Amino acid sequence: MVGPADSVTKLPHPRQDFISDQQVRWCPGCGDYAILATMQRTLAKFSIPKEKYVFISGIGCSSRFPYYMNTYGFHTIHGRAPTIATGLRCVNPDLSIWVVTGDGDGLSIGGNHLIHCMRRNVNINILLVNNRIYGLTKGQYSPTSTMGKVTKSTPEGSIDYPINALCIAIASEATFIARTLDNVPSHMAYVLERAAQHKGVSFVEIYQNCIIFNDKEFDPVTGRDSRDERMVYLEHGKPLIFGKKKDKAIRIKRLRPKVFNLADLGPNEELLVHNEQDPEPNHAYLLTQMEYPDLPVPFGVFRDIERPTYDGMMDQQVRDAIKKKGKGDLKELIYGRETWTVQ
Amino acid sequence: MDRKSTFETEAEERVRKSKALVSAITVRFAGDSGDGIQLAGDQFADTTAVMGNDFATLPDFPAEIRAPVGTLPGVSSFQIQFSDSIIFSPGDLADVLIAMNPAALKVNLAQVKKKGLIVVNGSVFNEPNLKKAGWKTNPLEDATLRDFQILNVPLSALTQTALKDQPLKLSEVERCKNFFALGMVFWLYSRSRDHTVEWIKKKFAKRPEIVNANLRALEAGYNYADMTEVMPVQYEVKQAALEPGTYRKITGNEATAIGFITGARLANKTMFYGSYPITPASNILHDLARHKNYNVKTFQAEDEIAACGAAIGASFGGELGVTATSGPGLCLKAESVNLAVMAELPLVVIDVQRAGPSTGMPTKTEQADLLQVMFGRNGESPIAVVAPKTPSDCFQMALEAVRIALKYMTPVVFLSEGNIANAAEPWKLPELDRLPKIEVNHPSAGKGPFLPYARHPETLARPWEVPGTRGLEHRIGGLAKADLTGNVSYDPENNQRMVEFRARKIARIANDIPEATIDGPESGRLLILGWGGTYGVIYEAVRNLKREGITVSHVHLNYLNPFPKNLEKILGQFEHVLIPELNMGQLLFLIRARYPKVNASGLNKVQGQPFQTKEIEEKIKSIW
Repeated sequence: MVGPADSVTKLPHPRQDFISDQQVRWCPGCGDYAILATMQRTLAKFSIPKEKYVFISGIGCSSRFPYYMNTYGFHTIHGRAPTIATGLRCVNPDLSIWVVTGDGDGLSIGGNHLIHCMRRNVNINILLVNNRIYGLTKGQYSPTSTMGKVTKSTPEGSIDYPINALCIAIASEATFIARTLDNVPSHMAYVLERAAQHKGVSFVEIYQNCIIFNDKEFDPVTGRDSRDERMVYLEHGKPLIFGKKKDKAIRIKRLRPKVFNLADLGPNEELLVHNEQDPEPNHAYLLTQMEYPDLPVPFGVFRDIERPTYDGMMDQQVRDAIKKKGKGDLKELIYGRETWTVQ
Repeated sequence: MDRKSTFETEAEERVRKSKALVSAITVRFAGDSGDGIQLAGDQFADTTAVMGNDFATLPDFPAEIRAPVGTLPGVSSFQIQFSDSIIFSPGDLADVLIAMNPAALKVNLAQVKKKGLIVVNGSVFNEPNLKKAGWKTNPLEDATLRDFQILNVPLSALTQTALKDQPLKLSEVERCKNFFALGMVFWLYSRSRDHTVEWIKKKFAKRPEIVNANLRALEAGYNYADMTEVMPVQYEVKQAALEPGTYRKITGNEATAIGFITGARLANKTMFYGSYPITPASNILHDLARHKNYNVKTFQAEDEIAACGAAIGASFGGELGVTATSGPGLCLKAESVNLAVMAELPLVVIDVQRAGPSTGMPTKTEQADLLQVMFGRNGESPIAVVAPKTPSDCFQMALEAVRIALKYMTPVVFLSEGNIANAAEPWKLPELDRLPKIEVNHPSAGKGPFLPYARHPETLARPWEVPGTRGLEHRIGGLAKADLTGNVSYDPENNQRMVEFRARKIARIANDIPEATIDGPESGRLLILGWGGTYGVIYEAVRNLKREGITVSHVHLNYLNPFPKNLEKILGQFEHVLIPELNMGQLLFLIRARYPKVNASGLNKVQGQPFQTKEIEEKIKSIW
């Protein structure tokens, strides 16, 4: 497993600095507690002062997140957090901006904004807390719910084919794409740190357990008894090896990933080696297609590439215009090209 | 022609021509949307501006970029009234119509005065074109046009002859005919060609053959009118007695863009403009995108919602967030605007109204979004509303929208109209050093805890704290806010208090805006109460009636929420209040609700077209 990149013993800030005075009101046992605590611990590791952080959310359980961070925060409207974050980022290059959204907020009502924010490569971090259910509205299926899911609004089972959040990110050409989970805090901390360090849009899907309406949804993959065989941690430059005894690997056969026992493979047979810096999206896309129950589910950084940021280019165009034409002169603007005088 | 004051003749060497001095003229150009009608109209307006007349224009074009050639939906027109006195309307009916094809004649015939002059491009009045335009017989050959003076000029053929030795394709030659027609109209109204000549040279500088062809077409048209007998009379309109000063020609959308850039500068803010392309607001975005060196950031969003959300994000970040749209887009922005109401952030929403409901008639004008901007959001959600009354007034009202938004920490709707957006008029340029600075204070950390909803005692505005400021970390959002701390609150008393605070904050803006002024007596039988783009026609109707001995008063509102403080008092001084609006009675609804004792009635029109002066005059006479 990949450990956190953290070797710092004394943190620049006490974690308490990031805890607001508001009472946390998620259900006891909600996976969001772990995400909040990990976020607070992670930010404490950076030397950035807390007033430079802004958490922006939409609507849903996870969107209460900003209230509990003692930073700047804006709890906005359903699905629209990426738009507000985009505007803020475009006028302020110094902030560390985090959007916290959920599977309903981000992929249903706000799907359009999520796509466009990612394709533009706005320099913000987006956490998509995925519990495959609508929690705040008390238990309807979400766009990531599995087919056949029985919920209050689907008593005969869901007939909606689920959306794969990371596929959307790849299709939108996000420059940083990762997946982590709420019950391995060290891995989450590692992924959050990597997301924070990436310049450009960072998209992180977090598997999160909704204890009330969708309990144990991810257990077949991330539960203590299953995770060794059904999760694979991605490490850049290394083959995808998993299994309790680290005895299984992935190979590509006819463009599809397949599981092999290492013992059955000869020394010259090529394993699937992770390359998070591949400029082409194909490799990362292929990883997003590794789904339960056929294949182990990948966790970690799928993609981390560089591309100019939208906000950076916007700033540059303003600077270039000023350089070329000079700082705008009001008289020139108001008078325009042609005037006449009445005596 | 109307208002002919003197008539003089002079001997000409070639053809005997006379010259008539007139007070005001209305010209209408019409043709296919690909015929360069708007271009010819703009050139005529530019020249008219430089020659010192007052003028107002009415461009009217289809939503289709290139509707099938020669069909009725493809007809584009441009009307201009120019005068030797102050005017604000583009004129009711045209003295002259230039119809480039049978479809243009058909669509525009009703817009020409009886006995008016119609110049038709006879070259294209053939069987197929007549059929496309729905003429059963050729109107040039029957009695259809007996009420008009018809001048049948083979514009296409004459242009081809004039350009026969030019190295151009036939289709390129055909495109020069608008300059031939423009040349004729220039002669007819004694206009100088200099401005257009310079413009052609600059515009087509990269294609000298096009420069030559257009110049030659312009010249040929001018000479044709001058040398032949087709136009026996030449007219002249003297300079208008405009107030002394420096002027430019301006459209409403241009003045809007300039106004918001200036407002941002006066407030020392970056202007962030989030917009999704929509007619008739798009060219504000185009204008702003060319002015990045004024610290303007334009964001073409994925949709109307994102455009508004991003503008709110910019305001949250301490800069000036502006978003723009037209009616249908405003529906989409409603939820975001309400977030700015709850979070009490400054935001300017430009709504260039167009004919609705739904997609409606995108290129046609209307004033029917007033009640939407007043009430079209969930919950108790008052916001400020301002409306420009003429194209150049967009500048002043843009400054006001910025000032109110920043000072009162509120969304402000800038309610423009398609008719104002595209119409042009002379603008007396403001004295730059007289433009007042817009004061903005961002708080820094004090001794006690920071209270994001502690209000200014006078304006009731909350502080505008900027993320990144040490010691002011706090959370805002769309959930109900506790007084002072801004924390989430479901306390019943608190909610009542906060709703009332927000309403009082908007109401107090009335202390900070100019009082309404009356054009005419301060009391009497009839007051005409208008708002927005109906200013010009009401102004002219009231002036015309005064000449006939009917004296009525006129109040025009630039501020629709809140109303000017003295409005109730003014309305109380009149026996009757007439409210002409391009809707079914929306201001009337507000006035009746607010001032039930006022005896008000409406004059309403929803045809996608502005009022004509005579419609207002007739209505006034009917209740006089």
